[in-house]
Amino acid sequence: MSMMEVPNLGTVYSGEELGRSLEGSSGKAFSRRARLSFYNRTFKIVCIASAVFVCLILFSILLLMGRTGILTFETVSLKTFFFSTEWVPENEQYGAFIFIFGTIALTLLTMVISVPLSLIIAIFLSEMTPAWLKNALRPVLDLLVGIPSVVYGFLGMTVLIPMLRSVTGTTLGDGILAAAIVLTIMVLPTISRITDDSIVAVPKKFRDASYALGSTRFQTVVRVVIPAAKSGIMYAVILGMARALGETMAVVMVIGNTPQLADALFKPTSVLTSNIVMQIPNVPFDSAWNYALYMMGFILLVISLIMIVVVRAIQGRGVKS
Amino acid sequence: MQSIASQTLIDIHKLNLYYGSFQALKSVTMDIPEKAITAFIGPSGCGKSTLLRTLNRMNDMIPNTRIEGKITIGGADIYSKEVDVETLRKKVGMVFQQPNPFPKSIYDNVAYGPRLHGIRSKQKLDEIVETSLRSAVLWDEVKDYLKRSALSLSGGQQQRLCIARAIAVNPDVLLMDEATSALDPISTLKIEELAQELKDKYTIVMVTHNMHQAARVSNQTVFFLNGEVVEFSDTEKLFSNPRDQRTEDYISGRFG
Repeated sequence: MSMMEVPNLGTVYSGEELGRSLEGSSGKAFSRRARLSFYNRTFKIVCIASAVFVCLILFSILLLMGRTGILTFETVSLKTFFFSTEWVPENEQYGAFIFIFGTIALTLLTMVISVPLSLIIAIFLSEMTPAWLKNALRPVLDLLVGIPSVVYGFLGMTVLIPMLRSVTGTTLGDGILAAAIVLTIMVLPTISRITDDSIVAVPKKFRDASYALGSTRFQTVVRVVIPAAKSGIMYAVILGMARALGETMAVVMVIGNTPQLADALFKPTSVLTSNIVMQIPNVPFDSAWNYALYMMGFILLVISLIMIVVVRAIQGRGVKS
Repeated sequence: MQSIASQTLIDIHKLNLYYGSFQALKSVTMDIPEKAITAFIGPSGCGKSTLLRTLNRMNDMIPNTRIEGKITIGGADIYSKEVDVETLRKKVGMVFQQPNPFPKSIYDNVAYGPRLHGIRSKQKLDEIVETSLRSAVLWDEVKDYLKRSALSLSGGQQQRLCIARAIAVNPDVLLMDEATSALDPISTLKIEELAQELKDKYTIVMVTHNMHQAARVSNQTVFFLNGEVVEFSDTEKLFSNPRDQRTEDYISGRFG
């Protein structure tokens, strides 16, 4: 059948013919209906299969990481792994506390810097900017989202760290602050563009109501627009946080890669991701070292899952209708 | 019914309004009396809503809008540079076509305006919320559910909530922009009764596309056509004995 062939929808049935076609005994109408119902059923099966497939992938990743990771505890005690700061694989010491702490501290520090900044950028973009500037800025931010993280890391290493050294007078400059700044620059476009979109999506009628009661623009934004865009902003924050948490390349290049506790802003340290990527090429396949790295990957997964659940819970706690 | 004008509150003089190159209002002149209901009627696009929105300067937010002429409320020119738009909007409240409560609790909706204007005391806010909801004849229906989302109310209740929210900041004028057009007949009737009660305290200007509504509730009626005032008189007179042929055509349903 060629693409140009149009099914004849114009046939006018007499009463009797109509009855027959509804019963499905007339050849032509039936074959069309059979075809449609075949498509319909197939479509449904494909949709369900895709959904199942996605779930399967998630569960098999969790299973693989978890199953391999759990082998760590054959040689290392739970307490040592989670609370010891001694990570010396050469001596069979696998305490991952430094990396877990580093990851949490780095993510929080990044969020503390990036969320307020993104919010201000988004408000500026959606509420205060004239149309021509909006049309120029939005594509720029969208492009920034797509820049590979290695580029951010590279610039962090060659531009940011020397700058930090000269501004603060530290000798190294590597550490959690440098990493947080690089990550902030990375997640800023993501968070601010999604926040911007969710602010734009707040219905005009809420703004009208607020202005008509005599509110200023600042009052309207703070008291009506931001609360109404809350769930979109939460979503933006999750995405930003997930990106910061899992980011590896940019972090490896500026964090210093030394297993010591990040108790100062300028102190070379290491986080889960950077430690995994730096060590995985060198480990023997069947060793506690390898298992410990798997376990660290599993912890990253679990942290990001927990974060999503927590943010969802906060999100659900809005005004009950 | 009483004759026109106890006392003029809003004085509109030779008002022209342009959206870009389109002239939406053409030399509109009228005196709107205080503590009465004035209705604007006319076919869609005749400029009645535009005129209403000039009274609290909501048109300021539409780009490329230009205004000529003068509007004074209580003697003050509302387009002069000294006038603070926020204060003007506090004094000239507005109820919109679509009920637009905020996605907040019923209490927070009514308390929104007073809070904007600096009232913090819980006791004072409680008092304002109660009196406003009572004035909007909504108190008995919602007094036990003040913490519930305003979006859980029916459309008619939402619109009365919006009226309560508007009067919570103690305005002098209440603008109603087709405030019943999204509501069912019973809710419409309630809002009309409410308007009748409120006119003892407030000057009400309403836009309506429903001539019967204008005839039922208003004291004065203005008929607009293509951005011009065709006729402005006592409601009873306008509907029983219109001066202008176009008014007669419109109210007898020959167009519009």
